[in-house]
Amino acid sequence: MDETMTVTETQKKAQSESGAVEVSGAEQNPGRLRIKHLLGLEGVCREDIELIFATSRSFKDILDRPIKKVPPLRGQTVVNLFYEPSTRTRISFELAEKRLSADIVNFTASASSVQKGESLRDTVKNILAMKTDVIVIRHPCAGAPHFLTRATDAIILNAGDGSHEHPTQGLLDIYTMWERWGDVKGKRVLIVGDILHSRVARSNIWGLLTVGAQVAVCGPATLMPAFVHHIGVEVFTNLDKALAPGADAINCLRIQRERQSSDFLPSMREYSRLYGIDARRAASLRPGGLIMHPGPMNRGVEITSDVADGENSVILDQVTNGLAVRMAALYLLCGGQAPAKEEGV
Amino acid sequence: MIAREAYRSVGLITGGRVIDPASGFDGIADVLIDEHGRVVRIEQCPGGRRPDAGPHAVIDATGKIVTPGFVDLHVHLREPGREDEETVASGSTAGVKGGFTTVCCMPNTDPPIADQETVRFVLDRAQSAPGRVHPIGAITRDREGKALAQISEMIEAGAVAFSDDGAPVASAGLMRRAMQYAQMFGVPIVEHCEVMELSGQGVMHEGVTSSKLGLKGIPAASEEICLARDIALARETGCHIHGAHLSTKGSVEIVRRAKHEGVKVTAEVTPHHLILTDDIIARDFDPLFKVNPPLRTQEDVLALREGLRDGAIDCIATDHAPHAWQEKDGEFDLAPFGMVGLETALGVCIKALIDSGVLDWKTLIDCLTNRPSRVFNLSAGALKAGAPADIVVIDPKATWTVGVNNLISKCKNSPFLGWELQGVVTAAVVDGRLVHHTNGGHSAASPEQSARARR
Repeated sequence: MDETMTVTETQKKAQSESGAVEVSGAEQNPGRLRIKHLLGLEGVCREDIELIFATSRSFKDILDRPIKKVPPLRGQTVVNLFYEPSTRTRISFELAEKRLSADIVNFTASASSVQKGESLRDTVKNILAMKTDVIVIRHPCAGAPHFLTRATDAIILNAGDGSHEHPTQGLLDIYTMWERWGDVKGKRVLIVGDILHSRVARSNIWGLLTVGAQVAVCGPATLMPAFVHHIGVEVFTNLDKALAPGADAINCLRIQRERQSSDFLPSMREYSRLYGIDARRAASLRPGGLIMHPGPMNRGVEITSDVADGENSVILDQVTNGLAVRMAALYLLCGGQAPAKEEGV
Repeated sequence: MIAREAYRSVGLITGGRVIDPASGFDGIADVLIDEHGRVVRIEQCPGGRRPDAGPHAVIDATGKIVTPGFVDLHVHLREPGREDEETVASGSTAGVKGGFTTVCCMPNTDPPIADQETVRFVLDRAQSAPGRVHPIGAITRDREGKALAQISEMIEAGAVAFSDDGAPVASAGLMRRAMQYAQMFGVPIVEHCEVMELSGQGVMHEGVTSSKLGLKGIPAASEEICLARDIALARETGCHIHGAHLSTKGSVEIVRRAKHEGVKVTAEVTPHHLILTDDIIARDFDPLFKVNPPLRTQEDVLALREGLRDGAIDCIATDHAPHAWQEKDGEFDLAPFGMVGLETALGVCIKALIDSGVLDWKTLIDCLTNRPSRVFNLSAGALKAGAPADIVVIDPKATWTVGVNNLISKCKNSPFLGWELQGVVTAAVVDGRLVHHTNGGHSAASPEQSARARR
C-alpha cells in the first residue's frame, strides 16, 4: 500500500474532527445543524441545507409582518469583519442580525491593511476579548475563515473568502429555486461566466450537487477551474450548446473588468457576444425557468436589461431571500432549533 | 578552536549493521576511529573480540544501522540577517540531530552570500557549529539576476556551488554566461527552476485542489520549462547543472532523458515532495503546507520516488526553510513559502521510500550520503580509512512523534507536526566527536502537540 494514501485518510479523519464538516450528534438532535461553522457548502450535508431552508421560510414570513423583529439572538454579539468592500452582503447580514435582535459590531478594513496592518489573529483576539460570540467574515484570502476556526472559539460565518466560497449566497440562490419549484432535485441549473474566480459559483455548485440538481457551467476556458471536470458537472465553453438541452435556471455571474486587463479575455465586447444572456438565449429556459444574478449587474455585458427585468427574473427575490437565509444560518449556528416541520422539504 | 572539539571523542562503534554505499559494504561490523578523529578501518564480525578503543568512547550499535554522516545540499540557515529564525550553529545542530553532518547553505540571506566576505563570514560562523557547513554562493550580484557575481573569488573563499535559489535567473542569456563561466572552475550551478510569468501570484500547485479552493496555482510547466531551458544551456556550455527540489513527473522525465544524452545534469528531491500531496491543503488552508515548489499530486510523488530508484534523481535534500511561527500563522496567501526538514527527513524518507518498498536501506543511505557528496564534489558521505569520521547511528525501530517541543531548530514550521515517525538518529559523529546522541527516549506529547496532531 502506498503511504500517501494513509496521509489522505488521516486528513479526512482530521477534517471530520475539525468542525468544518462536523457530523456527530446530529442524529440525537433533530432540528439542529450538524455543522458548527458555515465555512462553505462543500461537505455540508443535505439535511443541514434542508434545515436552513425550512427555517428560512419561517423567517421569511416574519419579514412580511409589521414588526419584523424576533428575539432569539438577544444578548449575543455578532461582529461583521469585512476586509473587502461590500455593500449588499454586509447590509444583508447586518439587517439579518438586527432582525434577530443581536448586538452588532462592524469592523471594516481595507484589503491593503491585510498585508500591512495587525495580523488577523491579533485583530480577532482583540475583538473576542470584548466578549463577542459570532464572527461574520469577508476576506480577500481564501481560507481566512478556516484560519479563524483554528485561532478562536467563536462561531464563524464565511461571507466570502477570496475565490473560494460564499456559502450564504449559494444557499440563497438555491433557496430561491427551492421556493419556486418545491424541489430542486433533477432540475438543470446553468451557471455562466467567470467560474474560475467566482466564490458564488463554487458555493452554488457544491450546494446544488448536494440537493440533487443537475449542474452545468459555461464560460471561457481561461476562466474555467480544473475541478469542475471531476465532480459530475457538465462543462461548456459554448453557451448555445450549454443551453441546447434547456435549463431550469440560468445564473449569470458578474464579470470583472480587470479580467480583460489581465489577459483572461480579449475584450468585454467579445465576452458579451459569447456569454451574455439576451432574450434569444433566455428563451431556452424551460417552463417555470428562472433568471438569476448575484449582483451587482453589469447590464449589457453579462445580461441584457430586458432579461434582467423580464418575467423570469428572480434577481430581487434573491435579495429578499438572502435576508431570510442569513437569519436562518445565524439562528441555527447559534444553537437555534428548527420550527416544527409542517411539510416535507 | 572548532566547537566540536569540546565534544567527547569516539574510538569505536561496535556491533551495528554498517552500510557504506560508496564502497558497497553492508554487514555487521565495527568501525574503529583514531585519536585524530579519522576512520581507521571497518572490521567485519570480529568474533566477539572488540578492538581496543583506548580512552575514547565506545558506541554500542547492536541492532542499529551505522552509516556515513548525511549530506544535505540544500538548507537555509538565515544567517546573516534573520538570526531570529536560524543561525549557522542552530541549523547545524538541528542537522546533526537529523543525521546531516554536512549541510550546504543557500545564499538568500541578508546580505546575500554573493561575495567572498560573506562566504568567509558564514565559514567563520561554522566554526561554532557541530557539523560541517559549506556555503553556496549567489550566481548574480545581490541575487538580482542582472550581473554575474564574483564566482572565482567566492570559490577561493570556500563556496562549493552557485545558485540564486528562490529567485531563478530569469534571463536565459545571463544564465548561459554564468554556466560558461562556472564551467571553467568545475563548480555546479544549482537552479531553483521556475518561470515567474507562469507562477505569478500562485501559492500552491495548479490543479484540481487549487481550483476547488480558489487559491492561485503554480503550474508544473513553470518548473519544467526552466529546467528544460537550463539543460539546453548545459548541453551547449558543458557546465554541470543541478536541479534543486524537483517536484513534477515531467521534470523527472526531462532529467532522465538529458542524462541518457550525456548532459552533465544532476537533481535532488525533498522528503516532503516524496510523501505529501496538494490535497492536504484542502484540510484547513494551513500555511505549514505552503512551500515552493508546491506540493504536487500523487502521480508526481510516485514519479519522484521512481526517479530516485532508477537514478534519474541523484539525491535527497531537505530545503530546510525556517520561518518564524507568526509568519506561518495566518492567511495562506500571505504566509511565506517553506518548511523545516532537517530533523524529520530520515523518518519521512523511511516511510516514503523503504516502507513503500521503493528503495532498500542501502540505496536510501546512498541518496543521503555518497550521491549528494559526489554532486558537489565534497569529501564526505563515505567511510574511508584515513578520512574524517563523520558517522551516524540509526535506530530503525525507534519511533517519535514530531512536535513543536521536540524540534530543536529555531523554527517549528514543519508539515509533519503530530506525525509518528519511525527511525531515529541515536548518535552523530563528526571528526570523531560525538556531536549528537540520544537514548531514543521521547517525552509524552504536550497539549499543544496533541492539538496539532488532531488536525
